Amino acid sequence: MVVPSNNWEPTIVGFLCNWCAYQGADLAGTSRMTYAPNVRIVRVMCTGRIDPTFVLKAFQSGADGVIVAGCHPGDCHYSEGNYKTIRRVTLLRKLLSQMGIDPERFRLEWVSAGEGAKWAQIADEMSAAIKAKGPLAWWETLKEA
Amino acid sequence: MAESKNDVRIGVYVCHCGSNIAGTVDVDDLTSFAQQQGSVAVARNYKFMCSEPGQALIKKDIEELGLNRVVVASCSPRMHEPTFRRVCEDANLNPYQLDMCNIREQCSWVHKSGATGKAKALVSAAISRAYYLQPLERREVLVTPAVLVVGGGIAGIQAALKVAEAGHKVYLVEREPSIGGHMIQLDKTFPTLDCSACILTPKMAAVKAHPDIELMTYSEVVDVQGYVGNFRVTIRRKPRYVDESLCTGCGICQEKCPWKADSEFDCGLGQRKAIYTPFPQAVPNVPVIDPEHCVYIQKEGKCGACLKFCERGAIDFTQKEKMVDVEVGAIIVATGYDLMDPSAISRLGYKRFPNVITSMEFERLCNATGPTGGHITIDGKEPKSVAIIHCVGSRDEKYHTYCSRVCCMYALKFAHLIGEKIEGAQVYQFYIDMRCYGKGFEEFYQRASSEAVNFVRGRPAQVTDFAMTPEEKGKLVVVCENTLVGRPVRVPVDMVILCPAMEPRADAKEVARRFNLSQSADGFLLEKHAKLDPVATANDGVFIVGCVQGPKDIPDTVAQGLAGAAEALALIEKGRVELEAATAFVNEAACSGCKICVSLCPYSAITFSETEKLSHINEALCKGCGVCVAACPAGAIVGRHFTDQQILAEVAALLVDTRPATVAV
Repeated sequence: MVVPSNNWEPTIVGFLCNWCAYQGADLAGTSRMTYAPNVRIVRVMCTGRIDPTFVLKAFQSGADGVIVAGCHPGDCHYSEGNYKTIRRVTLLRKLLSQMGIDPERFRLEWVSAGEGAKWAQIADEMSAAIKAKGPLAWWETLKEA
Repeated sequence: MAESKNDVRIGVYVCHCGSNIAGTVDVDDLTSFAQQQGSVAVARNYKFMCSEPGQALIKKDIEELGLNRVVVASCSPRMHEPTFRRVCEDANLNPYQLDMCNIREQCSWVHKSGATGKAKALVSAAISRAYYLQPLERREVLVTPAVLVVGGGIAGIQAALKVAEAGHKVYLVEREPSIGGHMIQLDKTFPTLDCSACILTPKMAAVKAHPDIELMTYSEVVDVQGYVGNFRVTIRRKPRYVDESLCTGCGICQEKCPWKADSEFDCGLGQRKAIYTPFPQAVPNVPVIDPEHCVYIQKEGKCGACLKFCERGAIDFTQKEKMVDVEVGAIIVATGYDLMDPSAISRLGYKRFPNVITSMEFERLCNATGPTGGHITIDGKEPKSVAIIHCVGSRDEKYHTYCSRVCCMYALKFAHLIGEKIEGAQVYQFYIDMRCYGKGFEEFYQRASSEAVNFVRGRPAQVTDFAMTPEEKGKLVVVCENTLVGRPVRVPVDMVILCPAMEPRADAKEVARRFNLSQSADGFLLEKHAKLDPVATANDGVFIVGCVQGPKDIPDTVAQGLAGAAEALALIEKGRVELEAATAFVNEAACSGCKICVSLCPYSAITFSETEKLSHINEALCKGCGVCVAACPAGAIVGRHFTDQQILAEVAALLVDTRPATVAV
């Protein structure tokens, strides 16, 4: 069991689509908004590319939380990739709880290229929420199993 | 992969970006961290990697150290990926052997502390991904040498004329019956006071006359397919009920038509017929029949005055809506803005008091072709005192936080025109700040201030007809705090002109979707880069010009129209365009023939061969979104440049510091 120290900070992986969310995160930077450094971003072209395996891999590799962020419904650069994400995520949430991961450690968010402030807010909120939950250390669970 | 582990030689380049990165991230620490990672042959940092010497540094290393992967840790790939890809290409390294690591926009700029630790994780992830990167071949396709311009206001007119001047085909699509946009409604234009119609109508006529411009008014773009260089656009041509090829524009039909409706062009202050051209200089000078007010259409054949009187037999009630497909290489979106309806701010009395009008209504009142023949009158009465209220819905957190950029100047123009037309009239400007920033603007401000204008600094609380003194009786009273003297004032006037915000079009969202563009937080369409790429968009080959991107005055709009034309010309003059190589392909040995991928593809790029029982991806149609890659249950589809292997390696390395070294992933 990993015992969190007082200054423990969670690590969160963000899978962001190239066209909306990644640009939104760039905009947060260009506008010099500050947010918690806990979220580390992986760029994919579309959230539709996100294989649930990626999310599981992130948890297995030590992530305490995962965010998938893409274009708002209807705004997908590839027309409908984010609709496929919605469907996949519904199943993924079930899978996560079956695997002993609190589904609240996973979030799906819509961030447009103009929503830098929203991205900063999501990163801060998610960091605080996961910090409150404590470390996941899923590799421990996997070892036991 | 063909190379063995020892063959991979990665160079890592950490950019200081002046102090943009180095001020927050310990670049020396980051560089020595990178140096210790597996397969890294060299790690360096430099003040500006994107500069000539920075680029030369990378090139030299590729050549001398035999690097076959490059990781640049700097700004967003959206900024400099093309730059560093070119650097690789110059040194004979496949540009897809490059990975960018975003330690500026998504690290140094957004974190006060912990940036170095996060940067290490990001660099480690980029190195791991780079390890698995594969060389890719870019495809080249021919560009259709034609341009679609959407919107026939001054921005679209200017863009269309310039492209046509260069000798290329232009399709100019306008929703209204005539081109001209908002500008043709204006009376005089600041700061030079030239008549708007006088400077615009020659351009409108030139559009009509140009052999390379195909003008489609009363039409709308309904669908856009394809990609940069090769778009297929479907345009809906609404029925005009008048044959454009037969009509001579004599106007007899409008004279004889007995049915009237409010004129949209005159903002409802005047009337037009059911068959009408919106204004006398309309281009094309061919009327349309408004089916809602035409009795022939509404009551099936009753009336028909226009039919009887048209000598050319141009009236054609059998016209139906038509869909037209055109093929173009580039698209310029110039759909403009809407003026906010100030009745939303009810305290200002718009629509409650007839003598509270908008700026555009005033333009029409002032205009010689307007409903009053250019006399500033409401119900026949000429105002002796006028209040102009600035920033109605602009610079107001309840409505729009942005500044509409033109109101200060046209408010000064209004004051001048009122002074010219009504002797002894008093004009009150209710302003927050006077923003007169353009060429000749300050001079115009000085000139207008020397005339009979009273400036009151403050945002009016209310426009009321409630009189508190005998002088206020029968007047409109503008209630405001004069913030320069810190005292409330009540100003009785005969007319109030509101300067409403310039808003994104009501259908901006649909337009954004149709052309696959993004909107910024204010609702206007989003450019690629606010400063250095002002008319390009995230969708290659689609450009935005004029007020569709944000409020602008006429000179800025014209400049953007020309910029859009230059962008489109650069694209079609070259004749060829390179397409992304990061497409998907099917590993046929692994494909089980389940067909799941076929229905998922938004571009119908996947076909299923019944004879082979295999899926095939047409790479000319594939845009590399990766939906099929993630969905393939057999893992048979590979998404180039974003392979499972690359992404999984990236994720594992991204988190390497979060778990004990003993835990392998």
